[in-house]
Amino acid sequence: MDLIASHITHRFGDLAVLDDVSFTVSAGEVVAIVGPSGCGKSTLLSILGGLLLPTSGAPELRGSPPADSLNPLTFVFQDFALLPWANVEENVEFPLLHTQLSTVQRRALVDDALRRTGLTDFRKTYPKQLSGGMRQRVGISRALAVRPAILLMDEPLSALDSQTRELLMEDFVRLLADGGMGAVYVTHNLEEAARLADRIVVLSRRPGRIREVVSVPMTRTERGDIAAREKLLALQNQIWSLIRNEAIDAEREVQHA
Amino acid sequence: MLDRAPVGTSAKDETVRRVRFRGTGFVPASSRFGGWIALALVIAIWQAAGSTGLVNPLFLPPPSAIARAIYQLAISGALWHHLSASLLRIGVGWLLGTAAGVAVGFAIGLSRLARSVGITFISALFPIPKIALLPLLILWLGIGEEPKIATIALGVFFSTAISVYSGVDAVPRNLIRMAQSFNVPFATIVRKVVWPGALPAILAGFRITSSVALLLVVSAEMIGAQYGIGAFVLQAGNLMQTDQLLAGVVILSVFGLMVGRVINWLEIRLLHWR
Repeated sequence: MDLIASHITHRFGDLAVLDDVSFTVSAGEVVAIVGPSGCGKSTLLSILGGLLLPTSGAPELRGSPPADSLNPLTFVFQDFALLPWANVEENVEFPLLHTQLSTVQRRALVDDALRRTGLTDFRKTYPKQLSGGMRQRVGISRALAVRPAILLMDEPLSALDSQTRELLMEDFVRLLADGGMGAVYVTHNLEEAARLADRIVVLSRRPGRIREVVSVPMTRTERGDIAAREKLLALQNQIWSLIRNEAIDAEREVQHA
Repeated sequence: MLDRAPVGTSAKDETVRRVRFRGTGFVPASSRFGGWIALALVIAIWQAAGSTGLVNPLFLPPPSAIARAIYQLAISGALWHHLSASLLRIGVGWLLGTAAGVAVGFAIGLSRLARSVGITFISALFPIPKIALLPLLILWLGIGEEPKIATIALGVFFSTAISVYSGVDAVPRNLIRMAQSFNVPFATIVRKVVWPGALPAILAGFRITSSVALLLVVSAEMIGAQYGIGAFVLQAGNLMQTDQLLAGVVILSVFGLMVGRVINWLEIRLLHWR
């Protein structure tokens, strides 16, 4: 199943946020979206996931999702969006409650998702008892439980410290390694984009337009090698040079707002 | 670049001083027995003032006289007679007002139409002292229990509706969006996200509405009832039986405390995740 952003334009009142953004995320592909602050990255993700109606254009799906997918487009949120009154297990089970699955089937999906994210021993723990990194693991586990075709990740690591970010990044690489699941990964962190994405969509400052789509010329497995670091750094520099001036302008704009 | 202001060159001070601790206060913690000790102290002083004749017992009977009055009321059966009448009015009035308030509060919190209409009416009617409506309610409903119960229900309804829709408004939108992103149906979102998210505000509202109900039952009974703690207190006052009067007040206070305890218990049971 492919996800297509088809001529998406969006305005909040008089404020133009996105302008004619079009690209395709093919099945199993990871596409990162980067750009200066306020360029509409998160807005674009909300539109792609059907949580926000664009002013014009539309998100489209081409092809069928995998037969076992319960929620083909699944979000992983920046702020984790966990139910504070539910424990880890209940949070992961939450999106399955309204499905036709039996209790045994639900339990199997939850167990599998918890195992894949290393949360089996924390199933009865409440979110407030967990660190930020563990909370995001619960968010990822919840997303995996519904067997997504494409993960929509909105700066999933930005609320975490650098060590936890590194650990979770390794988890993302592992989860997306087999190509069975695609992702749209919104981030302001170019290193994350270069580590994870097959292609990087660079947006201009507001209203966000596609400035360039950069392909990452390595597999994700190759990117773990020391030798690849230099190439990735060069790629980050190339993207940074594309957005640097606009990032400065965007920051000044925010300060004057 | 931030520069430090230039300092003059002077002889280096080698004295070692401990840094003064400045982080004290602003963390009030109640001691376990402090409140009870203070209460016992006040009762003891009050008793001593009454026993030594420092205070005229007609105006302020000592605690022992009040305890005696409560005991006599209990063994004569009058206490239960009055208390049961008040409890029935509070119970039915509070339940009716709460049920309606929760339903309207949720409607206002979840529906644009209900919000536009509901908030206008609530804003207009909430400030009216509900006890002022008792004569009108007597005209409409007769002189039985109904107008008293309706007065309590009205008082409880508005506070409940306000606390419920404030609670619904306070439910983090990201949780609702999260549920929507998983195609969770509206009814399940209300049951599994909005209701538990609004529960802290709803329980806080219960604390207020139980006080409102107590206030209104006493006022309503003082205006038009033969039985009930409010009526009993008024009759005792008219007959200058201040020990009986204060016995009624103590019973009201104990009732209020018990309701508070029940709400504390509910909060511990239902909001353990906080």
